[in-house]
Parts: sequence; C-alpha cells; structure tokens
Amino acid sequence: MLDIETDTLKKIYVTMVRIRAFEERAISEYRKGILPGFIHSSIGQEAIPAATCAFLREDDYILTTHRGHGDIIAKGARFDKMFAELFAKETGYCKGRGGSMHIVATDLNILGATAIVGAGIPIASGVALGCKMQNLDRVTVCFLGDGATCTGAFHEGLGMAANFDLPVVFMCENNQYAMSTPQKDYTKLVHLSDRAKAYGFPGINVDGNDPEAVAIVAKNAIDRARTGGGPTFIDAISYRYYGHHMGDPGLSYRTKEEVDEWMINDPIKLFEGRLLDEKTITESEIKQIQDDIASELDQAIKYAIESPEPRVEDALDNIYFIPKQIYGSQ
Amino acid sequence: MHQATYREALREALREELKRDKSVFLLGEDIAEYAGPYKVTQGLVDEFGHERVRNTPLAECAIAGAALGAALVGMRPVAELMYIDFSLIALDQILNQIAKFRYMTGGGVKVPVVIRTQGGASRSAGLHHSQSLEALYTHIPGLLVVMPSTPYDAKGLLKASIRDDNPVMFIEHKWLYNQSGELPEEEYLIPLGKAEVKRQGSDITAISYSKSLVLTLKAAEMLEQEGISLEVVDLRTLKPIDKNTILDSVKKTGRVMIIHEACLTGGFGAEIAAIVAEEAFDYLDAPIKRVAALDSPIPFNPKLEDYVLPNENSIIKGAFDLMGKKILV
Repeated sequence: MLDIETDTLKKIYVTMVRIRAFEERAISEYRKGILPGFIHSSIGQEAIPAATCAFLREDDYILTTHRGHGDIIAKGARFDKMFAELFAKETGYCKGRGGSMHIVATDLNILGATAIVGAGIPIASGVALGCKMQNLDRVTVCFLGDGATCTGAFHEGLGMAANFDLPVVFMCENNQYAMSTPQKDYTKLVHLSDRAKAYGFPGINVDGNDPEAVAIVAKNAIDRARTGGGPTFIDAISYRYYGHHMGDPGLSYRTKEEVDEWMINDPIKLFEGRLLDEKTITESEIKQIQDDIASELDQAIKYAIESPEPRVEDALDNIYFIPKQIYGSQ
Repeated sequence: MHQATYREALREALREELKRDKSVFLLGEDIAEYAGPYKVTQGLVDEFGHERVRNTPLAECAIAGAALGAALVGMRPVAELMYIDFSLIALDQILNQIAKFRYMTGGGVKVPVVIRTQGGASRSAGLHHSQSLEALYTHIPGLLVVMPSTPYDAKGLLKASIRDDNPVMFIEHKWLYNQSGELPEEEYLIPLGKAEVKRQGSDITAISYSKSLVLTLKAAEMLEQEGISLEVVDLRTLKPIDKNTILDSVKKTGRVMIIHEACLTGGFGAEIAAIVAEEAFDYLDAPIKRVAALDSPIPFNPKLEDYVLPNENSIIKGAFDLMGKKILV
C-alpha cells in the first residue's frame, strides 16, 4: 500500500477545514435570510473531495452536483467568487445566473454542477472523451451522490466510459441517503461499488471519512485513468450532518442518535488529532490556518455584499453565442 | 452542379466538415459500417475512421451528454439520435444541460453541439418512429432548431450548424432522404435563422418547412390552375424564426396558411399564427388558417396514417377556405 506524503496529508487537512468553514459561513448567511435559493450543505463529507483533488493537476477536470461547494473548493475555487455567486451577484463565478447548485469555473476546469441528479455523469464521460480524442493526458473526476447511482444517466454514462476506456473517475460521495431515502430502501446492493462490475471496470469501497484511505484509492484511480487504464468507480461512505438542504432538519428519516454518532466521529477532528499525534501539524499552525480562513471568508462576504447585482437589461445575455438581435425573437 | 439526394447532400456536408476541421466528429448508434437506418453516414467511417465516426452504446442520454462534455473541452460533436422519438430519452441532457450550459455559466462556455435526428411519418413506421416533435425543442431557450426541406438547404444548413457555436437540433425528415435536387460544386453555407420564399405568389402566404413544404409546393401548382396564387415561405430554421420574411409576405398577400406535419394543438403553427396576429393583424383579410395533423398518435394502419396526416388535398382545401371558395369535386 502506498503512503501519502506528509505534505499532502497536511494539504488535505487544510482543504477539509476550508470546506467546513465555507459551508458553516454559507449556512449562517443563509439563515440571515439574505441568500436567495437553496443551500445543500456538504458538512461531514469534506474528506472525499479534499483527498481526491489533492491528486489532480490544474488542467484536470471535475464535475459536481447540487451539493458541490466542497468539491469546487477542493479544486481551487475562490471564496469571494463563490460567495458572490451565492449572493447572486454579477461578480460571481456564473455572474449570478447559476447560484449555489450550478457553479462553473472554467479557469479552474470546474465544468459544473448540475441540479439534475446523475446528469453530470454522461457529461463527464464526454469531457473525458474529448480529452482522449485530443491526446490530452487530463483526468476527469465526476463527483456524484449515492442517489445518482439509481438513475439511467449513471448507467449510460458509466457504460460509455467503459466502452471507450475513458480517463474518468466516478467518485460517489455516499452520504447514505438519496434525499430522505436510505440506501437499503433504494437498492438491494450492500456495496454500491458492485455496480461497476456490470461495466467491467473496478469498483472500490472506501471509508469516505478517512482522508488517507480516500487519498490512496483516489490516487490509484487517477493514475490509472491518466495512464490509459480506463475508468474507476469509487464508493466513499460518508454522512451529511444537515438535512438535504437547509430547509430540511434531516431528522424525519434519521434518528438524532444516528446523526450524533457520526458527528462524534467527525472526520476533521479525527484527522486533526492524528496529524497532531504524528506531529505533522502543531496547535499553533492549526490556529493560524483557522484564522487565515476566517479572515478570507470575512473578505469574501464583504466582496459579495458590496458587488453589484446583474442588470435586468442583461437578463437575456448569453442565451445564445451571438447578439440577441440576430437570434431569438425578443 | 450535380444531382444529389437529401441523404447524399447531408453526407457531403458531414464529409466536408470532417475534412475541414479535425475537432468535428460524429457519434451515435450504428453510424459507422451500418451507416444509420437511413444510410446518411455511408462510407464516412472508411474515410475518417472509428475515432471520428464513432459508434456508441445504445444510450441516447449518454450520446447527448457526451456530446456536451466533448464540446466543453474543444470538440465540435455531431451527435446522431436515430429517431426524434428516441431523442426523448435524452431530453434531460438536451433541455436541461446542453441548452442551458452557456447561460448558466454567465457566458463562460460555448456549446457547439449539433444533434442530428429525423422525424415525421412515412410508410407505417408506427407510433414510436413517426412523430414530429419540433415544437418541443423550439420552446427551449438556448437551442436552435433547423428543419431543411431540400437537398440544397440540407447541405448548406448542416454545414452552418456544425460551424455555429450554439447547440442545434437539426431535424431531418425520413420521407425526404430520397428526394433529389441540384447542388453546386463549390462550397456554400446557408445562414441559420433565414427563411426563403420558395415560390412567389399573391393571394396567400403559405408558411411551412420540412416535408410539408414539398407538399405545399405541389399544392401550389395545382392551386395555380384554380386561379389561387400561393406564396410559399420555407422557414428552414424554426428557431430563431425569421419574422421579417414572414411578415413581408403577409403584408403582401393578406392571407396566411401554416402547414406542418406535427399535430395541431401546441404545434409550431400556433407560434407563427401568434406572431402574425401580434405583428401584422391589420394586414389580414381573413382568419389565419392552420393545416396540420389531427391530434392523434401516428397509427400503423396505412389508411389511418394517411387520414391523420395533412396532404396536398388538405392544403388545397385550406386555400379554398381562405379564399372563401368552395371546392367543386
């Protein structure tokens, strides 16, 4: 089994803390009633994107979901442009047209975020196909939720990836509930990774709350994809602390005891304890990391609040790639 | 000039664009050696190989999704969905993803995807191989919808669609594949969004597209004998619709007939009628007439199939109605 370097572990830790802090701040802003739309918190699931994206190059691609803040932070998304998008401002990643569930950052090769569960999967296969056809040795990581494994798009997308030996990693952030439906109620499978068997490529089960374990399987899968080995499906088991979105307390289909038990075994706390024990990191470094993130978030919120909204006159911009007086009847 | 069928014209367009631009590639079910059920892609795999004339699994959602993904990283995919009836399986990818991706990113990406598909009824193809679903796609902001009626238009519009940086639903008609016409030797493009007056006339503006346009031209010849002069407008592109060509003709004739093979209710004719009513009402000398299929699935039985579809006779009857004349047969 390969070891993950200390620096990489530390980087993964910082990313996890960044994701947690962003999500907490997004929730607190949302609760003030000043963010439009919905927020789908990924708190509890930070280890998966942090450990996966640690092995991606800048020119590698990711696609994510409606619960995608963590994934794009791990790929390098900036807090200020993210918050500006959450505040529906012109300075946001999508100029306020996308919102929390649709962030695309082409400069970081983050190719979206779809709010149709499973829809990103065939698109990811297409991104990988496009890379392969242009002889680019770029890897595409497609983050998906466990519920998405029930969709037709999942099966069609994985089938195509298998058929064309595409350089793609399907990373299932398995929080064990498809909205409110537990895994045992939507599939007879104990391990979702078994689904990959149907397509003839590896399906791997991993503890999604153990960053080092995720790092090892993610690195292998990414290396395999980059060197022509084809796709891998990874089922990373984790848990979301909050409900489906901020309007859902998440307790009509889960017991308080169950949620509490997962929170006691919090992936960030456990990982932090380990890094401290191993002297990979010190208390003062942790304090510094937290302070830096807090101040970055303060500035990001300030930037978002002070940014202009899109102008209503521009509402019809970019529906088409040409001036609207030529295309479109408005 | 040379003679070519609609099928051959499409193939010429694909071949020329595959040659011109190496980012162009074709993907779809059974498009390589088998060349699709209507043989449009015949021979292209021999010339361009399986990488660029790419057979896919039988998975329409993955075909459309993969076309989008490949377009996002610099390719110019031409995806074939064998029948427009099957495009419904890919509807999420087409309507929710492909159509909206550019807008969703605040203009951060281009989505140069062409989805070639074909629809319409012909020779008892049955309920799931005969529909005319174009109105569904015209309803979605972000998509262009192109429906050529002649080999010349088919070639020029397909080449223009492939070069366009927007997603295009390119809808062919299975009955048209064997229709023949003249093509120039030199390269040409037909701009999207431009209708064409295919026949000059003075009494009625007959607006149509795809196979129905061919029927309308035949009906116009017969009507000429009856002293009714049709000006026939071929929309060619449904979205964006060329309002000016329609309105100029309506202002000239004062009467409007819209002919399409899709069933009446919620059909694209309703959109055209609304545009004319909103923008040229004062020029109308008669109510707007729509000639369309009955509101029915397409039946298998040939007599029933004929019964529900519009034909030359229903177009002629529509023209007589508009002129306040009775057919003496």
